Amino acid sequence: MPEKKPSSVAGSTSRKIEPYLYLAPATIFVILIFLYPIVDIIRTSLLQNNPNGIKTFGFTNYTLVFQDPVFWQALGNNGKLLLSVPILTVLSLLVAILLFEHVRGWLVYRGIIFMPYILAVPVVGTTFVYLLGLNGIVNTLLHAAGLGFLVQDWLGSVKWVLPSISVVIIYREMGFGVVLFLARLMSLEKEILEAAEIDGANFWQKHVYVTLPQLSGVIEFFVVVELITMLSWVFAYVFTMTGGGPGFASTVMEFYIWKHAFAFRSPGIASSLAVVLLAVTTVLIVLQLRLRRRSLEEPA
Amino acid sequence: MKAPNSPRQGKNLLASIPNQVILVFFSLLAIFPVYYMVVTAFKTRPDWLHDQFGLPNPFTLQNITGALQEGEIPVWFGNSLIVTIASLLVSTAVSALAAYAIARFRFRGRAFYFNMMIALMVIPPAVLILPLFVLMVNINLINTLPSVIIIYCGLLIPFSVYLLVSFFRSLPPELFDAAAIDGCNNLDIFWRITLPLSTPALVTLIVVNALFVWNELLIALVFLQDQSRKTLMPGLTLFKGHFTVNEPLIMAGTLIATIPMILLYLFGQRLFVEGLVAGAVK
Repeated sequence: MPEKKPSSVAGSTSRKIEPYLYLAPATIFVILIFLYPIVDIIRTSLLQNNPNGIKTFGFTNYTLVFQDPVFWQALGNNGKLLLSVPILTVLSLLVAILLFEHVRGWLVYRGIIFMPYILAVPVVGTTFVYLLGLNGIVNTLLHAAGLGFLVQDWLGSVKWVLPSISVVIIYREMGFGVVLFLARLMSLEKEILEAAEIDGANFWQKHVYVTLPQLSGVIEFFVVVELITMLSWVFAYVFTMTGGGPGFASTVMEFYIWKHAFAFRSPGIASSLAVVLLAVTTVLIVLQLRLRRRSLEEPA
Repeated sequence: MKAPNSPRQGKNLLASIPNQVILVFFSLLAIFPVYYMVVTAFKTRPDWLHDQFGLPNPFTLQNITGALQEGEIPVWFGNSLIVTIASLLVSTAVSALAAYAIARFRFRGRAFYFNMMIALMVIPPAVLILPLFVLMVNINLINTLPSVIIIYCGLLIPFSVYLLVSFFRSLPPELFDAAAIDGCNNLDIFWRITLPLSTPALVTLIVVNALFVWNELLIALVFLQDQSRKTLMPGLTLFKGHFTVNEPLIMAGTLIATIPMILLYLFGQRLFVEGLVAGAVK
């Protein structure tokens, strides 16, 4: 939206410092909770213990981290989770368009499909541990459907644990996507879609060529938010569903940082891991800045 | 963004049947885990072992009463309430002041400050926990509710400022000019005009943030290690560890932990939807 010009205020000294007084409390929190910790992990990550007991600055922690196969595995696991973002986006779009297209009961459907998003991750995780267990409902259903050969220990198998966690994340995040896309769809001008229908476009033509291009902004936004989620907010899923296992098959960066910081008590390694994760998320910060600023400047 | 009241009117009932089928399928998927949690919480363990799908037979409240007595769930529930309410009060007040400055004044560093807030929304909490842990130990706040309240406030501020700035900017500036001419100072304008006009935005912000604080695990797990100081989410993971062989009891615990958010959702679904969409599209 166009930025309204703030009303001009006279330039006396008290007026000049006034905005900073309003910002002061927020600034204290930001320094304490974000800026100080970031500076501190960078410093700690560079501190190394020498044999003579004196601490010096160097890259030992990073060397150790980069030689650690579990680090690469954790980073790769985050990477694999990123792959579920396209699936999540397409499914959310599909359901949103169906809700948009059809008549009766859309509010009820929306209410139900959005609900998983308000459930806490530990609650979702705990429930899915039972659903996906060896004798859980998923396997029971597979047996009943004569698909017994597909039965798996979904969270206990190295091969299936990450796809299973992805499914649970998609389960919860889809509600957000559907609601977001539906809201944007409802703000589209109906005349254009009707014109396409009159011109004889079928369901898919209409949505692929008319609807989707108009949704590009909100799709881009959703994708960035979900990429951030897959890197920065999956700890609770892993912690409640698998504890990073079997082995390290579902260990993600957040979980590995937490392990090093609080279970292995190696702050240097934990800090180096945190710096690496921070560096990865910096790419997303750039994307986020581009998107958010644009959306503030022009109507969505 | 204008949201018309309804989606498009469909053509005829028959043509919408395939759509209905797909929607019913997704709705069932969405609701099944919740159904499972609720029915399991009211089953006896033999009943659960015998039949995981069906309704409780016999229906029992023993899991609910058991969860309320055995664990420290009532204490954790209270802690969660305190932490949620305190974080929301402080973070909303602090964010509203900052957002007002950004939306209303021109000053050096304004654009930088706003961009910094947008960037901070991306920082993973896992990156921050170790230095914050050492800090909380040093200032003797470790294992106290204020430690997590302070951290949650910090984590909520960037998004809250972002959302409120975009809302404050949409208010007509003539109002503020008129008030200024009438002799209101900026704090008056903030308190008497901006905030009352922003009630819808503040309510949606509070609802969305309440969801975050109530459901958060990592911070609570790290900073509240004493049994009696825990909030519900880390408490539940502990509870789960103690009663691994009693699934209905665990589901009763998770159900109790979920009830406040489900109530909030039933009464304020619109607010959730508006808040999440506003944060995105505004």
